[in-house]
Amino acid sequence: MAAVDYQQQPGVKLSELWVDKRSRGVIIQIIALILLLLFIGFIVNNTINNLKLLGVETGYGFLNEPSNYDINQRPIEYSSRSSHGRAALVGILNTAIVAGAGIVLATILGFVAGVLRLSGNWLISRLVYVWVELTRNVPLLLQILLWHGIIVHSLPRPQEALSPADGFFLSNRGFSVPSPQFEPGFWAVVIALGVAVAGAIWFAGYAKRVQEQTGKHYPVFTINLALVVGLPLIVFMAMGVPLTLDWPELRGFNFRGGVTVRPEFMALWLALSFYTAAFISENVRAGIQAVSHGQTEASYALGLRPNWTMRLVILPQALRVIIPPLISQYLNLTKNSSLAIAVGYMDIVATIGGISLNQTGRALECMSIVLGLYLAFSLFISTVMNWYNKRVALVER
Amino acid sequence: MSEQTVEQKYAPGTHPSLPPPVADRGAIKWVRENLFSSPTNIVLTLLSIYLLYAIIPPLVDWMLINSVFDAGSRNECWEKGSGACWAIVVVRFDQFVYGFYPEEERWRVILAFLLLIAALVPILYDKTPFRKLGLVFSGVYPIIAYFLLWGGLGLAHVESAKFGGFMLTLTIGVTGIVASLPLGILLALGRRSDLLILRVICVCFIEFIRGVPLITLLFVASTLLNYFLPPGTYFDLLLRVLIMVTLFSAAYIAEVVRGGLQAIPKGQTEAAQALGLSYWKNMGLIILPQALKISIPGIVNTFIGLYKDTTLVVIIGLLDPIGLSQAVLADSKWQGLSTEIYVFIALFFFVSCFAMSRYSIYLEKKLETGHKR
Repeated sequence: MAAVDYQQQPGVKLSELWVDKRSRGVIIQIIALILLLLFIGFIVNNTINNLKLLGVETGYGFLNEPSNYDINQRPIEYSSRSSHGRAALVGILNTAIVAGAGIVLATILGFVAGVLRLSGNWLISRLVYVWVELTRNVPLLLQILLWHGIIVHSLPRPQEALSPADGFFLSNRGFSVPSPQFEPGFWAVVIALGVAVAGAIWFAGYAKRVQEQTGKHYPVFTINLALVVGLPLIVFMAMGVPLTLDWPELRGFNFRGGVTVRPEFMALWLALSFYTAAFISENVRAGIQAVSHGQTEASYALGLRPNWTMRLVILPQALRVIIPPLISQYLNLTKNSSLAIAVGYMDIVATIGGISLNQTGRALECMSIVLGLYLAFSLFISTVMNWYNKRVALVER
Repeated sequence: MSEQTVEQKYAPGTHPSLPPPVADRGAIKWVRENLFSSPTNIVLTLLSIYLLYAIIPPLVDWMLINSVFDAGSRNECWEKGSGACWAIVVVRFDQFVYGFYPEEERWRVILAFLLLIAALVPILYDKTPFRKLGLVFSGVYPIIAYFLLWGGLGLAHVESAKFGGFMLTLTIGVTGIVASLPLGILLALGRRSDLLILRVICVCFIEFIRGVPLITLLFVASTLLNYFLPPGTYFDLLLRVLIMVTLFSAAYIAEVVRGGLQAIPKGQTEAAQALGLSYWKNMGLIILPQALKISIPGIVNTFIGLYKDTTLVVIIGLLDPIGLSQAVLADSKWQGLSTEIYVFIALFFFVSCFAMSRYSIYLEKKLETGHKR
């Protein structure tokens, strides 16, 4: 029987290119690339034409020009004579502040709610469930406005401010607290804190080594807590208390002195934290439930007490499930902080993407800065996440 | 003495089972186990009861007992009762529902809404009578809705600037949901494709969209799009928003679907190839039905997110319920009643989003085939 000669036709028909999987793939990709390039070319061409037509200057030079607008919440020195670049920096810092504070509060609330949701106590688990569903199913923007409305309309005027403790005033102008004024001797306390943290890390490692080799167990947590709190405290006392407090006082219609947390910040911070905490609590619950019950039973069988079981067996395994969605919630919170603009908190979108854009008309430049910053931050976080996931992933097969 | 005589009536081992002790059955047992099982639990229970006591009565008082539904202004409200002033919602109800849609054309919105329900039923319930016919109707519904809402075919034209209120929310939400699912699936397939260039394009698109907040994208739509289009092109603001919202949630759906695709064992594809199925048949008949089933919770979550995000359009000047409330609150007759309005809007969103999440749970249970690994 003669073998079929597959090479009998030297020429390749065009229609065969489409039948063959590899050549078809190449053709599709080339077409996609051409379409993409045409699309980009179309947009770039239009943009250049439009800019020419409008006679607008382009370039980032305007960042050095004076901004001519004020920002009411400024963590660094800023006035209306400062540049647009400086305004953008203030915006970035404000975003960072509200995102950082939000992440801390959301994590605490979320973990507490997640654990309570799994509690054997029927009432509290139902209560948390109702709270989670109410918070998750109402738009964040609405929650921010609701908090803002409550703070501005329901809290008393500064003259009748609520004072939960001496020097703390809660009014519709915000929350005034004493601000610390650092004296020169304070650096010693900071150094002491650094030394204490380093010592605590070393001691934790040492205790682990000792335990692995000899089985001897140190109360690491208690000793480290004493070290981290105690050492700076002793130095603080030894330096003669190098810290004074600036107390807020009512002068006329507002508070002078101290630090005032403005209503916009409070509304944004509380709404972001509660909203994200509801999502985090669901992640925490899912994570704990993902650890099979056999783990708990096995660890009881080995004689571990319930809190040790939680700390040494359940949590390390649950965290592997909890942390990736947790980080993406942090990312969401940071992106959601752009809703600041709704209550007039001056974050990055409100400063450079809002007022600067309207004043200079440099839409292209301003938006590219805002988009670029968010994108850089997101990509950085997702790179870290991928690295972490690879590190903690279960090694199978 | 009498007890002893009763016991003696039974031969050993034949005594009928006695009921458990009172403390170990019924409501008392339940309360002991679920509310007061340990000192911590007792504290938690008492705390919760106090919390309920502190929140519920004042809230009911404010929302229902002392609230006012019928008043002409804020001051009249406050004279009639100390609770919520729902009168503002009653007086402006039509505006909250239709925005500035012309009054004589509002029947079209109502009809579109009723038809929307009719179009949704065959999709959501597979036991609907005449389901095939219903699905055909669902397929043509977008076209009908377009002509009903915007006009044409003999109906008067209505500008999209007149759209507002809950009807705007529904328009953006439903369009976004309907358009983003197929786009998201295509993006997910592109991201998993063997074709390098296609994959790179999809990855860049997805990562870009997911990396920036929706607000900035809406800003791009409202400020930058004019630069990108040929000079003199007019582009409806609502249409721009619809496109942006669709692209935004498509990127998120793509990631959810990718997760589902990754969970399907490679053997499924290999078996399909061995049977001689083409790429699209393999995807459409073998992989996607399984992958989508796994992705349902994530997809519905994305839909809920999109639906909630429709409120952001207020920031670029569209009059969704929040945008309208700013206008209503600017009226000196009604100033300071933001809480009432926001609670009303929140209720609307809560009901729709909660219904969606419940449906997703129902669907998950229905499609559960017991192959869970």
